[in-house]
Amino acid sequence: MTHTHDITRRNFIVGTAAAGAGLTLGFYAPLGGTAPLAAEQAHEVNAWVVVKPDDTVVIRIARSEMGQGTLTGLAQLVAEELECDWSKVTTEYPTPGQNLARGRVWGSFFTTGSRGIRGSHEYVRQGGAAARQLLIEAAAIRWKAEPAECQTAASVITHVPTGRTTTYGAVAGEAADLAAPFDVALKDPKDWKIAGKPLPRLDTADKVTGKQVYGTDINLPGMLNAAIKACPVFGGTLKNYDEAKVSRMPGVRKIVPVGDDAVAVVADTWWRAQKALDALPVTWDFGPNAKASSTDSAQTLRQGLEAKDAYIGNRAGDIDAALANAATRVEADYAYPHQAHATMEPMNATALWTKNKCEVWCPTQSGEAALAATARAAGLPRSRCDVYKLHLGGGFGRRGAFHDFVEQAVTIAKELPGTPVKLIWSREEDMTHDHYHPLTQARLVGALDENGDLTGLRVRISGQSIIASVMPGRMSSGADMFVFQCLAKGGDHAISYDIPNLLFDHAMHNPHVPPGFWRGVNANQNVVYMECFIDELAHAAGKDPLAFRRKLLSKNPKSLAVLDAVAERAGWDKPAQAGVGRGLAVCKAYGSYVAACAEVSLKDTRDLKIHRIVAATDPGVAVNPRQIEMQMEGSFVYGLSALLYGECTVKEGRIEQQNFDSYEVMRLAEMPQVETIVMPSGGFWGGVGEPTIAVAAPAVLNAIFAASGKRFRQVPLKNAGLRPT
Amino acid sequence: MVKLNVNGEAVDLDVEEDTPLLWALREHLDLTGTKYGCGIAQCGACAVHIDGEVVLSCALPIDSIPKGAKIVTIEGLSPKGDHPIQKAWVELDVPQCGYCQPGIIMTAAALLAKNPKPSDAEIDEAITNICRCGTYARIRQGIHRAAGRRV
Repeated sequence: MTHTHDITRRNFIVGTAAAGAGLTLGFYAPLGGTAPLAAEQAHEVNAWVVVKPDDTVVIRIARSEMGQGTLTGLAQLVAEELECDWSKVTTEYPTPGQNLARGRVWGSFFTTGSRGIRGSHEYVRQGGAAARQLLIEAAAIRWKAEPAECQTAASVITHVPTGRTTTYGAVAGEAADLAAPFDVALKDPKDWKIAGKPLPRLDTADKVTGKQVYGTDINLPGMLNAAIKACPVFGGTLKNYDEAKVSRMPGVRKIVPVGDDAVAVVADTWWRAQKALDALPVTWDFGPNAKASSTDSAQTLRQGLEAKDAYIGNRAGDIDAALANAATRVEADYAYPHQAHATMEPMNATALWTKNKCEVWCPTQSGEAALAATARAAGLPRSRCDVYKLHLGGGFGRRGAFHDFVEQAVTIAKELPGTPVKLIWSREEDMTHDHYHPLTQARLVGALDENGDLTGLRVRISGQSIIASVMPGRMSSGADMFVFQCLAKGGDHAISYDIPNLLFDHAMHNPHVPPGFWRGVNANQNVVYMECFIDELAHAAGKDPLAFRRKLLSKNPKSLAVLDAVAERAGWDKPAQAGVGRGLAVCKAYGSYVAACAEVSLKDTRDLKIHRIVAATDPGVAVNPRQIEMQMEGSFVYGLSALLYGECTVKEGRIEQQNFDSYEVMRLAEMPQVETIVMPSGGFWGGVGEPTIAVAAPAVLNAIFAASGKRFRQVPLKNAGLRPT
Repeated sequence: MVKLNVNGEAVDLDVEEDTPLLWALREHLDLTGTKYGCGIAQCGACAVHIDGEVVLSCALPIDSIPKGAKIVTIEGLSPKGDHPIQKAWVELDVPQCGYCQPGIIMTAAALLAKNPKPSDAEIDEAITNICRCGTYARIRQGIHRAAGRRV
């Protein structure tokens, strides 16, 4: 049991330490109480490393595991510096309450923006290195020897001059009493033995037996279950409901309004709660957005393509002159819809509220934001609340910035003091109350000179700003610079191409549908716009799309390298088989360089076959190449689901798609062959979970054009009658 | 009172007869390995076996289950989590978030029981489950790897 707030290094006790054991961890540990007795003593060597007498090493993981493999990667980084026995490594989540109480010793819990590893690699490695130094020091004190004379390997400490040995487990208690070293040296990645290797994940075993406990699986003594329905129109409110109609249905305990826009039924089981909720007559005030529709939003965004006022995101040279002097001018409009995250595990949280404290069990990409949401809804200071994280059944950005489900669960639990309440959203609730992929359109105008070289590019983005809605404090003078992902002058999302004259700007129009961070975020639409239009320009110039791009990448060797890698593997220099077209896409996103080459054919103008995808990524440092391959493979499912099917439309102010029958996603039969090339060039740390999604759709769209001569400029393709075969 | 045979044990359940099997398993028998994903038999996260056939338990009222039918859930698929599918899944690190995997493993196990060496086309037809992390490529590899090993 780890949940005590007054943890001292000496008496820190660990009970269950299996990954994802948040369930067991939180149960009987009263906030601020003493450490409960555990079966065996374990010692916290430092915040990151706990060692048991049998040399089991428990590595603390602050970021969340939602499938992306960060848990294993971070453990590898700590274990590498610690030089422990990898076969005896387990992991656990510290709680955000503990982090608060200990001065944020674990840093940020945020697991968004592909930053799990790239945002914490340095301090977690330092944590492992410092723990190793403490363990060596403890052994040296025992031996009355010099620490510098000791070596470590696989949790064994050897005093080289005498050949004496001991283990981490034997000296951990003494190490825990020593003062932390001021400074530790980190290994050069070329010397890594645990990190950098394609090791199996630490969290697989329980995921194949059904033992893995997700938020929806929590079962606490005396727990009740809640089902919820919020006003189907965003911005509407709850008027009233007829409680008498359902209060005598089996298992029903309580019906509670939640905030000003939702109502929940609490029952002994979730099924009974949902059944009663379905039968509950509810009247809503649909509010000012009751007539809103996708058609209206599209119309407004189209006006934005020509609006005078816009925020400038990137500018170089003189775009007006370049366009005026162009030998050939190319222009095209593109559009990208709202899309739902549709995590397989619907939103859920379990809350236990009393006057003095509030505890929450939930899947979250940000324990700290979940804690803040808990405190807010509980009406208690954060120091009297805590959140026990569970592995997520999918995150994709839905569970990072938004903890609406946590606030709801706490609000409901507040009506039942001392009784834990588990809130699960139905799939319909989940799909119609998401924070959706932002809605945008783009107009691109390019200038080619008489040699067919690109001399100028104008990109107008019209549409929604996530930051304006979610983090208004991060706006810069009214502008959302995050809108320009993959179009920026520099940084993690710099434009890949060297174009002498350019102007990229954003006419902001925010429809009432709440936007959110959706795996890949603005890179998704921006790379469709940019990479498909570059393809259009190449064809207008009569040039090979690879050669056209290569010339524009001459000052960007890393992007060039990933592009060349996919072209070479795909056999770009040889013709594709008859009827098959190849398409390329390249970008820098989340600090990594990625490219893809797709091979597709289109039959009878509707049957789309994606034969093969070759994808390359240069994330700088590759902590676990196998996990990177898995993220790249999965990125094509997420990204191509979006391209083929992904669209949430609005009618009468509400989202029309309610479940997987109307919000289709890619299934196994449609999965193309994906070949991955992981090519870390070293020297920087890029993200992995999101970048590749951005190249999935444009590579396929460009391949469709190569195969059929048809240029599709609107996502999803189902609206153009295309179906994968 | 409804009588069921789940993972080899006879159980009595005090539930309404229209309760879907999924919720009977999860909320009355504490067998939470079987997941809720859609509630309308679309995603396959709730797949279990009834007399060896794959059934989507989220849309199956408990009173429609024939008397004496043998229900097997992910918890009962193998005594030690060592069904060839489960072993192949571990070897290839198939799961990412893992939420859909119990349903997919049950579906794949039923396929192999009937068809020890399925072709790619047969796998396409049998595995219609949704996985949002996108583990499909490894699911296919995992089924091929498990095929031919003794089930």
